[in-house]
Amino acid sequence: MSAESTYQPKSGFGRWMEARLPIMGLVHDSFVVYPTPRNLNYLWAFGAILTMMLVLQILTGIVLAMHYIPDAAMAFASIEHIMRDVNYGWLLRYLHANGASMFFVAVYIHMARSMYYGSYKEPREVLWILGVIIFLLMIATAFMGYVLPWGQMSFWAATVITNLFSAIPLFGEGITTWLWGGFAVDSPTLNRFYSLHYLLPFMIVGVVVLHVWALHVVGQNNPLGIEVRSKQDTVRFTPHATVKDVFASVVFLVVLAWLMFYLPNFLGHPDNYIPANSLQTPAHIVPEWYFLPFYAILRAIPDKLMGVIALFASIGILAFLPWLDTSRVRSARFRPLYFWFFWIFMIVVVGLGYLGAQTPEGGFLLAARLLTAYYFAHFLIILPIIGLIERPRPLPSSIAESVLASSGGEAGEAAPAE
Amino acid sequence: MHRRLRHGLSAAVLSAAVVFGAGAAVAASYPLERTELQRWSFSGYFGRFDQAQLQRGFQVYREVCASCHSLNFIAFRHLGNEGGPHFGEEEVKALAAEYIVTDGPDEFGDLFERDGKPFDTFPAPFPNDQAAAAANGGAVPPDLSVMAKARAAPRHIAWMPVDMLTAYQEAGADYLYALLTGYEDPPPGTEVTDGTYYNPYFLAGKALAMSAPLSDGIVTYDDGSPETVDQYARDVSAFLMWTAEPHLMERKRIGFQVIVFLVVFAGLLYLTKKKVWADTAH
Ligand code: HEC
Ligand code: HEM
Repeated sequence: MSAESTYQPKSGFGRWMEARLPIMGLVHDSFVVYPTPRNLNYLWAFGAILTMMLVLQILTGIVLAMHYIPDAAMAFASIEHIMRDVNYGWLLRYLHANGASMFFVAVYIHMARSMYYGSYKEPREVLWILGVIIFLLMIATAFMGYVLPWGQMSFWAATVITNLFSAIPLFGEGITTWLWGGFAVDSPTLNRFYSLHYLLPFMIVGVVVLHVWALHVVGQNNPLGIEVRSKQDTVRFTPHATVKDVFASVVFLVVLAWLMFYLPNFLGHPDNYIPANSLQTPAHIVPEWYFLPFYAILRAIPDKLMGVIALFASIGILAFLPWLDTSRVRSARFRPLYFWFFWIFMIVVVGLGYLGAQTPEGGFLLAARLLTAYYFAHFLIILPIIGLIERPRPLPSSIAESVLASSGGEAGEAAPAE
Repeated sequence: MHRRLRHGLSAAVLSAAVVFGAGAAVAASYPLERTELQRWSFSGYFGRFDQAQLQRGFQVYREVCASCHSLNFIAFRHLGNEGGPHFGEEEVKALAAEYIVTDGPDEFGDLFERDGKPFDTFPAPFPNDQAAAAANGGAVPPDLSVMAKARAAPRHIAWMPVDMLTAYQEAGADYLYALLTGYEDPPPGTEVTDGTYYNPYFLAGKALAMSAPLSDGIVTYDDGSPETVDQYARDVSAFLMWTAEPHLMERKRIGFQVIVFLVVFAGLLYLTKKKVWADTAH
C-alpha cells in the first residue's frame, strides 16, 4: 500500500475521482493486482469466508433487530413472533444462530492454520494480535447475542458469566451490580446486552480493516512459511485468489445451509426454548459449543478468582504467541517436533471442549485439570523449548522453485504479478 | 432408510459409548429409561407432516391437554396454514367461534367477552401461574407451544455423527411420545411422593406431577384411526412438533433448493478456478 498505485482509471469520471479520493486505486492495489503467494492452499480461503460471515451476521442481525424486543417480559415472545409470523423470519433467525456457529468454525480453522504454518511470526505479530482482538470481540458479541432470546440458557449463562466478575477482590460486588444495572440479571441487563450486541460487530468491522491493512503491508504467509522473494513466487490476487476464495466460500455456504435447514437446533440447547425463569436453575448450565474449551478451563480451577484469571489468560496468552515460539522456522512442514505438538494441542483443545460439557466431578474434573495444565504448558514450556532443541528440515530456497519441482517442472511459465 | 442406517451403526456407536461413558459417574441420573426413537413422517431430509395426523393430534390437544396446558403462541388462523393441519377457512372460523375470549376495554372502559376470531390465540386454561399451580397440586403445567423443541430425548455424544447425517431433529417428539406412553407402576422399593406419578422417561426425576393424561378410547376419531394411547400419543406429539416448528416443511423444501443451487454454483466455480489456474503451477 505504500508504493505508488499502478491503477489507471479508464473513464473520465474515474480520473476525476481518483485525483480527489483514490479509493478505486486502493481497491485495485489491494484486491486486484495485489501479489499473493502462488502456493496457497484452501486453508487460506478462511479469511474471505470470515469476512463473508461477518457481513452475513450483520445483515441478518439488522433485519432481526427490526422485530426483536429487548424486554424481559417480551423478548422470548418476540423471537417466537419472528419464527412464526415474520416473513421468512425462521430463515433469518436460523441463519443468524447457525451463522454464529459457522463463524466460529471458520475462525478456529483460521487460527489453527496460523498456528500450523507459523503465520504469527515476524513480521506478522501485529496482524496476529489484531486477530486475537477480533476473536475477543467475537466472543463478547456471541455471548451477548445468546442472551437475547431470553430462554433458560440465555438467562443462566448471563448469570454465571456476569457473576464471574464478583470474584474480583474489593470491587467485585459493585462491578456485577453495575453490569446488571440492578441486583440480578433482568430487563436492564438484557437491554444493555442488546445495545452492545448491535455495536460490537461494527467494532469488529473496524478491527478487520486494520487486520487486512496489516496483512497487505507484510504480505501473506504460505504453506512453506518462507518469504516471497521474487515475482515468480506470486500470482495476481484477481483472478487467481479471488476465484479460489469465492469457490471455497460457496462450499462453506453449502455446509451452513445444510446446518440451518436440516439441523437448525442441533447445536442449540433445548432449555433455551424454555422462557427464562430466575427461580428455576437448569440441571446443567452449558454455554454454546464454541465456548466449551474455555468453560472447561474456568471450571477446572477450584478457586473462583483463579478460575476467572485462567479463563482470561487462556485467551490472552495467544497474544504472546509470537514471542513464546522461539523457532525461526514458520511452517510445521519443516518442524518435525512442532508438527506433533501442534496436533497434540489440537486434540487437547477438543478434549477440553468435550469436558466443558460434562459435570466437573470425578474423572472428568481430573481430566479437565490435566488438559488445562497441558494447555498452558504448550505455550509456556513446550513452544519455547522445542524451538531451541528442534532441528528443522532444510527450507527450499524459494516458493517458485519448490512449486515447480513438485509439479514436475512441466507447468513452465509462472504468471508473475504485474 | 435412516432407521436402517442408525441400526447398522448402532454396534459401533455402542462400543464407542462404552469407552466414552466409562468415566461417567453413575449416581441417580435421569431419565431412568432411555427414550426409544420413533418413526415420524416429518423426519429426515424429505420429511413432511401428515395432515390427517396433525388434525387428530389437534383433537387430542383440544379434548385432553387443553384443560391444563396453554398454547400461547398459536392463533386459530395458524391451524389453516399450509404445511400444518391445514383446516379450511370456514372450519377455522367455526373453531375459533367455539371459544370465548376476553377483549377490551370498550368505549366505557370495560372488558367484555366475545366469540373467538381466527386471529385470536388459544385462550389459556388458567388466568395465571398461581391459579394453574393451585389447580395442579403445586406444579404449573407448562405452555406446549414450543415444548417439542424444549425437551429432547437424551442422546449419547457418540451418536452425533449419525444424528447429523440423518438430520435428526425429532428428539422432542420422541421424548413426548415416550413420556405420554411411559407411565407405569413404580418398581417395588421405589417410593414416589404423593401427587406425583412414576414415569421412567421423565427427564427431571422419577415421577412428575402430571398423571397419565391418556387412556384408550378417551378421544373419538372419525377417520377410523385406532383409539389407543399409542396412537393418541403419536398424533399429539406430531401436532406439538408442528406447533414448535410450523415452517418445517417449507424449511426442508427451501433448504433442498438452496443446497442444489449452491452445489451447482460451486461446481461451476470449481471449473472456472481450474481454468484460471491451468497454466500456473501451484
Ligand atoms: C390434569 C392436568 C393435565 C393434563 C390434562 C395434561 N397435563 Fe401435561 N402436565 C401437567 C402438569 C401439572 C405438568 C407439570 C409436571 C411437573 O413438572 O412435574 C405437566 C407437564 C407436561 C409436560 C412436561 C414434562 C416435562 O418433561 O417437564 C408435557 C410435555 C406435557 N405435560 C404434555 C401433556 C400432553 C401432551 C397432554 C395431553 C395429552 C397433557 N400434558 C395433559 C398437567 C396436565
Ligand atoms: C459478529 C457478528 C455476530 C455474531 C457472532 C452474532 C451472534 C449471535 C448469537 C449467537 C445469537 C443468539 C442466536 C439464538 O440462539 O437465537 C444472536 C442473536 C441476535 N443477534 Fe447477533 N451476532 C452478530 C451480529 C449481529 C448484528 C450486527 C446484529 C444487529 C444489527 C445482531 C442482532 C441480533 C439479534 C436481534 C438477535 C436475537 C435474535 C435471535 O436470537 O435469533 N447480531 N446473535
